[in-house]
Amino acid sequence: MASLDRVKVLVLGDSGVGKSSLVHLLCQNQVLGNPSWTVGCSVDVRVHDYKEGTPEEKTYYIELWDVGGSVGSASSVKSTRAVFYNSVNGIILVHDLTNKKSSQNLYRWSLEALNRDLVPTGVLVTNGDYDREQFADNQIPLLVIGTKLDQIHENKRHEVLTRTAFLAEDFNAEEINLVIEKRYFLRDGNQIPGFPDRKRFGGGTLKSLHYD
Amino acid sequence: MSFLIDSSIMITSQILFFGFGWLFFMRQLFKDYEVRQYVVQVIFSVTFAFSCTMFELIIFEILGVLNSSSRYFHWKMNLCVILLILVFMVPFYIGYFIVSNIRLLHKQRLLFSCLLWLTFMYFFWKLGDPFPILSPKHGILSIEQLISRVGVIGVTLMALLSGFGAVNCPYTYMSYFLRNVTDTDILALERRLLQTMDMIISKKKRMAMTRRTMFQKGEVHNKPSGFWGMIKSVTTSAPGSENLTLIQQEVDALEELSRQLFLETADLYATKERIEYSKTFKGKYFNFLGYFFSIYCVWKIFMATINIVFDRVGKTDPVTRGIEITVNYLGIQFDVKFWSQHISFILVGIIIVTSIRGLLITLTKFFYAISSSKSSNVIVLLLAQIMGMYFVSSVLLIRMSMPLEYRTIITEVLGELQFNFYHRWFDVIFLCRG
Repeated sequence: MASLDRVKVLVLGDSGVGKSSLVHLLCQNQVLGNPSWTVGCSVDVRVHDYKEGTPEEKTYYIELWDVGGSVGSASSVKSTRAVFYNSVNGIILVHDLTNKKSSQNLYRWSLEALNRDLVPTGVLVTNGDYDREQFADNQIPLLVIGTKLDQIHENKRHEVLTRTAFLAEDFNAEEINLVIEKRYFLRDGNQIPGFPDRKRFGGGTLKSLHYD
Repeated sequence: MSFLIDSSIMITSQILFFGFGWLFFMRQLFKDYEVRQYVVQVIFSVTFAFSCTMFELIIFEILGVLNSSSRYFHWKMNLCVILLILVFMVPFYIGYFIVSNIRLLHKQRLLFSCLLWLTFMYFFWKLGDPFPILSPKHGILSIEQLISRVGVIGVTLMALLSGFGAVNCPYTYMSYFLRNVTDTDILALERRLLQTMDMIISKKKRMAMTRRTMFQKGEVHNKPSGFWGMIKSVTTSAPGSENLTLIQQEVDALEELSRQLFLETADLYATKERIEYSKTFKGKYFNFLGYFFSIYCVWKIFMATINIVFDRVGKTDPVTRGIEITVNYLGIQFDVKFWSQHISFILVGIIIVTSIRGLLITLTKFFYAISSSKSSNVIVLLLAQIMGMYFVSSVLLIRMSMPLEYRTIITEVLGELQFNFYHRWFDVIFLCRG
């Protein structure tokens, strides 16, 4: 069992956007009943069949590392968090569609995670300003997920979705907007009808590391 | 004519304070959140503005700026508005936002928030009973009643905060308390943390694989539902699910461990930073201040004890007394009245500024620590309420630091409150907190 390859994916975002619910949904195929604050980091594992149905099918363990906290945390907390950012294969950035600030903070989150990787000495080179050029040669695939779509009123949805489309473009990332709600899910096993792009996500993450 | 000029000066300063409160709210408090309800911001800024105006009036009193009657008028008006806000508006909005957060009561928000506000008023009124503040001359709904209660709560808060600050301050600043943290300690802890995470991951992998094979074999892992389900699960239980519960328990324990390790590591990093900070000039300066403050706090606690034990309340303010002492013992002759005015002004000014600044900083830290996107509105309003009460009561307490002639206006406006009682109450709470 441990012989299967491992894929480490970080799930980053502000407090209260729904990271723990998302991770729980992906791994347990159930909705998290009582979400509480994540202290430190919580990990969950999903078994995924890459390229299902084709002769190159391979089963992977996808580890979803759900890191808690906010971008404005004390630098001691940031330094502690940095220990989780080693050798990451992919990053999921989660933001709340009802909260603009959480989308803006995604830039800072990605800087925090990526800078740690690029500069192994742990010293932040930039002063925190966002620069598209930094992401140009980024090998790590990013995925932007917007949550709580159901809490936005019908007529405001269009402008919110256009705004988030720009956001995803800035990161050169794929984008999914979704709702994590009980009534969208059936009880049997792996089928998740409310999450149509799942296969695309799985393929996108693993494609980049299939270079052997 | 002069009244108009005075009023315009007051109003301009109020607008200035309002703007400052607004900015503070936007830049500091709500840095990471989105302001969806502008009401909250407005209320906060208004409370801040009127509280600062009160302090401004005290300073004007000392300096003798503006016409005496217009000062009196503004005092009264200011007090009325502040009381209105603190007792009526802010609690109502707090109740309203709390109720809006609870999904069940969403439809009848207004009704429930009114109910909450009525309960608040009831307790607020009951608060005044055990204290000797009722004077038989004035009626029920007068300013004195409201102010007395607000004053009691505010003084309690102030004493709590300052007591806590007195004990916490030396601890934070003095390097005596910092234990030595080396890089190897931190690295060792980090390694342990990562090892724990790896153990959690391997256990979860086993669980996921077991679940997958179970699903493929057709045994759907159903939680026993209903009465018969429970009976059935006692006698027959799939071996896979038993394994799962065992592993799940182990995972829970490991996750708790990982949380502890994370917090410890963060703590070590913070201590290391404090050590580095204490080596810089700024750090050394604060360290010295820390010693100074700790001595001052110890002295204050000592004085508070004496005050209570010997049942003594200061009648003259420290400045006048200091000047008297210098005149008597050192034989230096100078104009007592002139100097006392200026020195008391400076002293009062310093007290006001430092207390405002300290309060804002404490509020910000507190806000960051406990708020989330849901409760941020409620917490900001609570903070506004605390701030208002704190300022009102510091006005009451400042009276003690001012020479006699300036106390008149406050005494006049506030009626015959038992100030002495307040001071003693303050000392008691301060002591308890320490």
